[in-house]
Amino acid sequence: MSTNERSLVQQIWDFFCSLKLTISLLITLAITSIIGTIIPQFPNIDERYWATISATKRALYEKLGFFDMYHSWWFLALLALFTINLIACSIKRLPHVFKFVSEPATTLSEMQQKIFPSRDFKLASSLEESKDRLAAFLGAEFAKPVITKVDHQYHLFAQKNPWCRLGVYVVHFSIVVIFVGAIIGNLFGYKGFVAIVEGETINAIQARSGKTIPLGFEVRCDQFTVTFYDAPGGGPSGMPKEFKSILTLTENGKEIPDYKHVRLVVNEPLTYKGITFYQSSYGPASDPTAFFFSVTNRSSGASEQIALRPGAQTKLSDGRSASIVDLTDNPGEGLVATLRVTGSGEPQFFRVYKEQPSLDDLRGDRLIFTFTGTDAKMYTGLQVNKDPGVWVVWTGCIMMCLGLCIAFFMSHKRVWIVLSPGHARIFGNASKNQPAFQDEFEALAEKLHNQNI
Amino acid sequence: MLSAKLFNITTIFYMASTLAFFIYLAGRNQKVGLSGSVLAWIGFAIHTVATGLRWKESYDIGLGHAPLSNLYESVVFFAWSIVLIFGIIDAKYKYRVIGVFVMPFALLGMTWAQLYLPADINPLMPALQSNWLTYHVITCFLGYAAFAVACGVSIMYLIKVQSEEKATDAAGGILSLFPPTKVLDDLNYKAIMVGFPLLTLGIITGAAWANYAWGTYWSWDPKETWSLIVWFVYAAFLHARFTKGWVGRRAAWLSIIGFAATIFCYLGVNLLLSGLHSYGGL
Repeated sequence: MSTNERSLVQQIWDFFCSLKLTISLLITLAITSIIGTIIPQFPNIDERYWATISATKRALYEKLGFFDMYHSWWFLALLALFTINLIACSIKRLPHVFKFVSEPATTLSEMQQKIFPSRDFKLASSLEESKDRLAAFLGAEFAKPVITKVDHQYHLFAQKNPWCRLGVYVVHFSIVVIFVGAIIGNLFGYKGFVAIVEGETINAIQARSGKTIPLGFEVRCDQFTVTFYDAPGGGPSGMPKEFKSILTLTENGKEIPDYKHVRLVVNEPLTYKGITFYQSSYGPASDPTAFFFSVTNRSSGASEQIALRPGAQTKLSDGRSASIVDLTDNPGEGLVATLRVTGSGEPQFFRVYKEQPSLDDLRGDRLIFTFTGTDAKMYTGLQVNKDPGVWVVWTGCIMMCLGLCIAFFMSHKRVWIVLSPGHARIFGNASKNQPAFQDEFEALAEKLHNQNI
Repeated sequence: MLSAKLFNITTIFYMASTLAFFIYLAGRNQKVGLSGSVLAWIGFAIHTVATGLRWKESYDIGLGHAPLSNLYESVVFFAWSIVLIFGIIDAKYKYRVIGVFVMPFALLGMTWAQLYLPADINPLMPALQSNWLTYHVITCFLGYAAFAVACGVSIMYLIKVQSEEKATDAAGGILSLFPPTKVLDDLNYKAIMVGFPLLTLGIITGAAWANYAWGTYWSWDPKETWSLIVWFVYAAFLHARFTKGWVGRRAAWLSIIGFAATIFCYLGVNLLLSGLHSYGGL
């Protein structure tokens, strides 16, 4: 390899290792990321949006990938460059740091003796005796020392938390781990959606890519219910409190233990065979054809269940007949049925509130109506995901938190004592938080000073 | 509600504290400076009690959730976090004058919340009914508060450096109270060293929660993206400290830009952009 070639390779290597590249990339990523928060992103683009921008603008944005910018080639290239930079920096610096940690400087150079904070003290005993006493002192007060003899001097070296110098590399590595997890999820997983009508069973879902994916098992929606918060004045408000699906999973028609009539609500997903179901939406699947009421006889207390169908009369226990003439569903009121009861006299019209079961009692009639429900079916909308990389991502996240704590809040502390006949000098150095270490070092030196060594 | 009254009293204490700090800056009377800190601490104590009370009141009316669920509650908690971080720095480093540049942030938050934001306790929509809400909001806002303090300190740094370069004694009176630039630079770094892991944890808890609620830990929603932008800026700041030509002034500017991005991530996204965090808007 000629010197020119080497210098070119060297230059490229230096470029990828440089901190200036890191800072430029971080700032570039920060600035370019703004684009996707201002321009609507696929697939959440409202049709009306296209009318607000000109055709040339649209063509330009499309060419630049602005409508799906976080997956555009140039943004992914930036992330790739960022990762290469991260790895290159670590490869360059890690061996040096690793050597520093595994083979510490047990003796102090002249240079270090000049710059590290230090304190002098006299020795009362012989060099050998003092050395042993000082070693015991350091072992008890700081950390067990390594003793090296240099000419007529002894160098005692002790250190705490040397490995915390690796914390920053843990953080860097964790970013790579998170990326790997995300890539695994993209390659081997999918995101999809399925709507199941109450009482029905599905065995495949629709992926976001449009593909139909068989699950390998079946999911039945036994029931779907939604409850609402009470409005300030009583009655239900329009704000859902909980929506809940009751699901049963089967495999080739056979029930699976622990997966019969399981509850699925928002924030409590259900996982089977690596596939996770999330409660995400709901809606009506069919209009009601029958309305159910419980009718209680005021004097006898006996009650019967009746079903009313629009356009039909239903006989009641006292000989009269009832029919349903209107139904409303308003926020704050819930379902309200208007009933007509006909007997020998004038027909009676009255309203029965589903959400206020005791209200019909006040009407004073010999029969009390309670609106119990309808045969309308709901569908439950489930987000269905498979992401085998998610655990890799969480591992990366935990590594990042631990790495940050180590890198920011722990410090590699080193203490040396250099003994010459008659006197000694203690030196200290910390990788971080010098003022705090200064106090610790002063206290140690003071303690040493008060000892008779 | 009693808690609402206590929040008003808190605001008055923060106002008095800010005022005392400004008088301290002008007159350099140590007692006035001390009173600024004491007022901030009393305000903080009342603030804490009021927050606990609001929590209890939400149970009394049958809703029962931590007071961290809408814009009003988050602004109030943000102010609480700022005073907490300032209090710790004040107790540890004794540079009282930092209060002049930090307490106004807390005062601004409380005033805005008390005067303009709807303070009702609302029921939680299903997606918010999770313990992650508490972890996520607390880590994020403690991080934001640390960045607010770093921003205040950076402004002081820039003022101080400017005056030192000009070497004018005219402003020397007030500026003599400022800690040395080296200390300001160090405090800036320390505050971000606290804020950055908290922000990271905030983003991670948010991702974990999103994964529980919606099945995706990351969807490039504007809020997520902006939190990442903030993360990028402070990551750049942390690396700038080891790079020639980026220490000092540029680092201080990065810290200020970082806080501006933080505020946009917190308020701008909710008020100007749409997305998954829409319940945090007005």
